[in-house]
Amino acid sequence: MLTRAAAGIGSAADSAAAARAHVTIRGLCKRFSNASIYDNFDLDIPRGKLISIFGPNGCGKSTLINLIAGLIQPDAGEILFDGKPLSDIKFGYVFQNYREALFPWLRSVDNIEYPLKVMKIAPAERRRRVEWLVARLGVAIDLARYPYELSGGQQQLVSIMRALVVEPEILFLDEPFSALDYEMTLFMREQLQRVFLETDTTIVLVSHDLEEAVYLADFVLLLSRHPARIADYVPVSARRPRSDETLAQADFVATKAHCLEIFQREVRRA
Amino acid sequence: MRRLDPYLPVIGVVGLIALWYVAVWIKVVDPVLLPLPTDTFRAMWTGMIGGKLGGDFLHTVERTTAATAIASAIAIPLGIFLGASERLYRSVEFVIDFFRSTPASAMFPLFLVLFGVGDRTKISVAAFGAALVILFNVAYGVMNARKTRLLAAKVMGASRLRILVDVTLLESLPQTFVGLRNGVSLALVIVVVAEMFIGSTDGLGNRVFEAQQLFQMPDMYAAIFAAGALGYGLNLALLLVERRFVHWSGK
Repeated sequence: MLTRAAAGIGSAADSAAAARAHVTIRGLCKRFSNASIYDNFDLDIPRGKLISIFGPNGCGKSTLINLIAGLIQPDAGEILFDGKPLSDIKFGYVFQNYREALFPWLRSVDNIEYPLKVMKIAPAERRRRVEWLVARLGVAIDLARYPYELSGGQQQLVSIMRALVVEPEILFLDEPFSALDYEMTLFMREQLQRVFLETDTTIVLVSHDLEEAVYLADFVLLLSRHPARIADYVPVSARRPRSDETLAQADFVATKAHCLEIFQREVRRA
Repeated sequence: MRRLDPYLPVIGVVGLIALWYVAVWIKVVDPVLLPLPTDTFRAMWTGMIGGKLGGDFLHTVERTTAATAIASAIAIPLGIFLGASERLYRSVEFVIDFFRSTPASAMFPLFLVLFGVGDRTKISVAAFGAALVILFNVAYGVMNARKTRLLAAKVMGASRLRILVDVTLLESLPQTFVGLRNGVSLALVIVVVAEMFIGSTDGLGNRVFEAQQLFQMPDMYAAIFAAGALGYGLNLALLLVERRFVHWSGK
């Protein structure tokens, strides 16, 4: 299986591999009760790029970032960041369910400062870093409010800021916009693109929306049904900043069609 | 019309008093057993201002507050400790549920033997009953802390102790207040019952019982209403404290 998958990657994956790898995953295995989700899985995530993970339901998209971010432990295999283990690096993680991920007893600004507090950074410095982040991202939210006083999109933006405030070298987002309405989703895509352009963070995004996955990504990682293989690792070359016009460009449409075709092929495969 | 909505609860009160007047006038009950509302409220007023009712009221407040405070001091830390490990809680759950289901009044004779006839018995039986209710709620509050929130703290590098203090404890607060409100209500029930019997000389329970024995019906109703007001007031006070300090509750 693995060799066929490797052969199937073709030139597309070569370009992902050619970029300097930030995360290297080797021989990853994970079983849940009676299902093998990952069996001897290898992957390189290039540095400073935005990777979207897309695939059939239950193929293990979220499981993959949870394994990389250490939320769940692999049964076997190795995940290294520039050769270092997770404990040696700073990373951020954004949950799908912002309502349950933020701390409702803290004001939004204190939520954002919380990871800095864990790192034992002095209050004045914490405040300074949040202000810097606010200015850099052009955030227009009253951060003195409690999360439950904000809209869904604003809450998720607070979550993203909380993940970014530690200046992570890698940011994981697990379907961050799927609980938002469409209007807010479009706005948040632009916010995330801005985050990506303003920082040199490697971003790994799990998405259930193909257009979003392609629109935001430098590389779309298409997974097969479990045990997951790399069905394709598609580069998206559209220039940044991308906009609504990007969606209509021939290149973009072709890339999206290609991803859809691979996805359909994987869905149909019994 | 919607502007009048805040006054809707008044309708029930007015209705009840009207019904009471009607019942007295058409003599459904012996007038000696059911005095006029005005007589009752007059008895309540004079009793609270200069009479024995005021002192009894304060005694009951003291006992109920003391019982709830003792119960909280024991049950909240213990509930956090037990709730922090679901397996630990499961191992003592049956014992807690069993004694929670045991009528605390059945424990009077035992506590009388242990603590003698006095305040200590009344307070400790009430504290016993309230503690189990609070314990159970705190433990569940801790066990039902949102997994995502705990994970969020974990990915930010918080230690287990830090997660307990910064996340789990705060997560359990709304449920803790549910326990406190149930606990204080139960403590009041037990205190009032205890005041009726076992050699009591004061307290609202004693007041109700004594008025009934002396056939002073307005005084008896006055004491019953005072007990009702106390129960309602204690609950309301806790609710206000909760709204102030657990502002995120239910949001």
